[in-house]
Amino acid sequence: MKKNGNDKVIKAKVKREPLTETQLLMTITICIFVVMYVLAMIVFEGGFLHAQQIFDMLNDNASLIIVSCGLTIVMIGGGIDISVGAVTSLVVMSCVLYLNNGGNIFVAVLLALGIGLAFGLIQGALISYLEIQPFIVTLAGLFFARGFTTILSINPQKVAQPAFVKLLDFRFEIGWLGYTAKNGTKIPATMEIGVIVAFVCVAAIFVLLQFTRLGRNFYAIGGNQTSALMLGINVKMTRFLSYVISGLLSGISGFVLMLHTGAGNATNAAGMEMNAIASSIIGGTLLTGGVGNVIGTFFGGMTLNTIKKIVVASGLNDPWWQSITTGGMLCFFILLQSIVLGRRARKKQKN
Amino acid sequence: MKKKERKLFGNGLGQLAIPIIAICVLVIFNLIRDPSFFSIELLQNSDGNIVLSGNLISVINGASELAILAIGMTLVTAACGGQDISVGAAAAIAGSTFVKVLKSGGQITGFKVLLAFLLACLVAVIFASFNGTLVAVFKIQPMIATLILYTCGRSIAYWINGGATPTVESPILTAIGGFIPWIPVPTPILIVLVMAVIIKVFFRFTSIELFTQSVGINGSAARLNGLNSTFIKILSFMILGVCVAVSGCIGVSRLGLINHETLLLDIEMDAILAVAIGGNSLGGGRFKISGSIMGAYVIQMLTITLWAMKVPSTNVKAYKAIVIVLLVVAGSPVVKKWFEKTVSRFKNRKPEVAAKGAGES
Repeated sequence: MKKNGNDKVIKAKVKREPLTETQLLMTITICIFVVMYVLAMIVFEGGFLHAQQIFDMLNDNASLIIVSCGLTIVMIGGGIDISVGAVTSLVVMSCVLYLNNGGNIFVAVLLALGIGLAFGLIQGALISYLEIQPFIVTLAGLFFARGFTTILSINPQKVAQPAFVKLLDFRFEIGWLGYTAKNGTKIPATMEIGVIVAFVCVAAIFVLLQFTRLGRNFYAIGGNQTSALMLGINVKMTRFLSYVISGLLSGISGFVLMLHTGAGNATNAAGMEMNAIASSIIGGTLLTGGVGNVIGTFFGGMTLNTIKKIVVASGLNDPWWQSITTGGMLCFFILLQSIVLGRRARKKQKN
Repeated sequence: MKKKERKLFGNGLGQLAIPIIAICVLVIFNLIRDPSFFSIELLQNSDGNIVLSGNLISVINGASELAILAIGMTLVTAACGGQDISVGAAAAIAGSTFVKVLKSGGQITGFKVLLAFLLACLVAVIFASFNGTLVAVFKIQPMIATLILYTCGRSIAYWINGGATPTVESPILTAIGGFIPWIPVPTPILIVLVMAVIIKVFFRFTSIELFTQSVGINGSAARLNGLNSTFIKILSFMILGVCVAVSGCIGVSRLGLINHETLLLDIEMDAILAVAIGGNSLGGGRFKISGSIMGAYVIQMLTITLWAMKVPSTNVKAYKAIVIVLLVVAGSPVVKKWFEKTVSRFKNRKPEVAAKGAGES
């Protein structure tokens, strides 16, 4: 048995190191995104030819991308967190109310981080130290955050604080990516602050997952809990930290969403948790754990939005087409992954 | 003797402990808060029927859809080790089909209602077998597989409705969603009873219950023993599909209209919660349908209690979350182990005392 195993390793090394499942799924996603976008550029021209289209998608979805990063970590660790959207909404509402009652921005950032962290700590402790099913705990978190948002205020609240409004209206202008309008004026491409935050989050989580011990531990506990335990990894602590990071990122995402909308509303970020899960899945993260990557998640989110833009551009204006095509796309990706992974597993068995 | 007792407790009552305790706590809480919560009276409703009314009736009546869905959800959870999160969306599709057939010209007769219901069942079962195929054949986790229908289901319902929220009116529908003349009990309660009896009879005369459990505990072992685990998984989804159609039709009949956005909104979360409160493992395996049904009543009772305390309906969720967390913490394995340890320590002390007493005498 052992000898055979060694032979296999040697053979694989001689041939060429094969792509890991994570890399394979991520590559598929990126390829499909690029192909889809290029096709959209050729078929629909118009908006898709301007760089602003991409920046619009980033501006609208900065908070979704941040939340998806947190969810990716939790899913790599073999768990699930469906409270992220509700926490985002709660953070927005409480920060808006705080700013309108004369708070300053710095403390508002701390408040946002604090709320996210509190949810992460409590949920993580319940899940990993009391061994309660993650779905139920985070479902309770979802209910609590949504309920508490409406307790804070059931009416939409707009931020009126002048310092924050300045921040809200601030845009990075990138001249060389802009385009010239029909009347000759140059319109630069614009980007919000939130996008920078999102990029920083994606980069930070990427580094965390690839180059730190904690990051590799997430893969280990998601791949096989028992072996991880035998390797001396503190499984409970690692799982706990995955939820804490996810909670913290929901807090950041809440602040970013407030920078985008400038208002708190009870229906803010409705359905965001499912969009985030969809982004992660399209990006190649498996719910069973152990496989996934934030770069893939980022492209997963972008793919999801490109589809929506394409539906709008192709003139299917009835309100139901967007979600029906999204569902179809999701189905396509899920089946593709299942088939690809299934074939790989069979090949491995044959070898 | 003692051993047998403990085993009995562990297998049978142990699983139902959480829902029973939860119901007891809610009942005691309401008794202290306001005993009139439990008053049931006979009233004459607007149709001239004499009907039962009271908070308890509205608890049992209001939880009907949830209880029916919990039956199917328990089976899916047990067989596949995951949950179907598309039941609300699928119920909207079934409801739309139901209304579409009823509105297709002509008078609404009993036969037509039956036909509409059967068609709704068919549609729901088709969608459910789609989910089931993804789960059983393509080996996708149930939550991910049903995420597809969750995303687009309500839009499909909207599409079937033709971008409107049509209303239907008929005495037959009010009888389904409200009261049958001369019977004082709300009809949905009777439908739950019928469904529970059907499932019970189904389990009594087939071995599906055992098969489902073995597939859920170890799919490949079940397959090696000659069980067709793919078929059993898809079958559990199909049964859930029927449950979805029934609850969707009840939901439509109650309101007399179909609104794709609000029909049975968020019920998938409540149904999963009912399964968990019922003491079933969300990872599959052994299950108790009675526990899930009780879980559904616990959730509804909690909601009605909060409403009776004049909590605004939008805020109910926050309080519900706190109770849920308390419940699951009480039922968590770590707390259970700690509790058992304490109990056994207490038990061990007694024989010692008795032995000492015997020695002394």
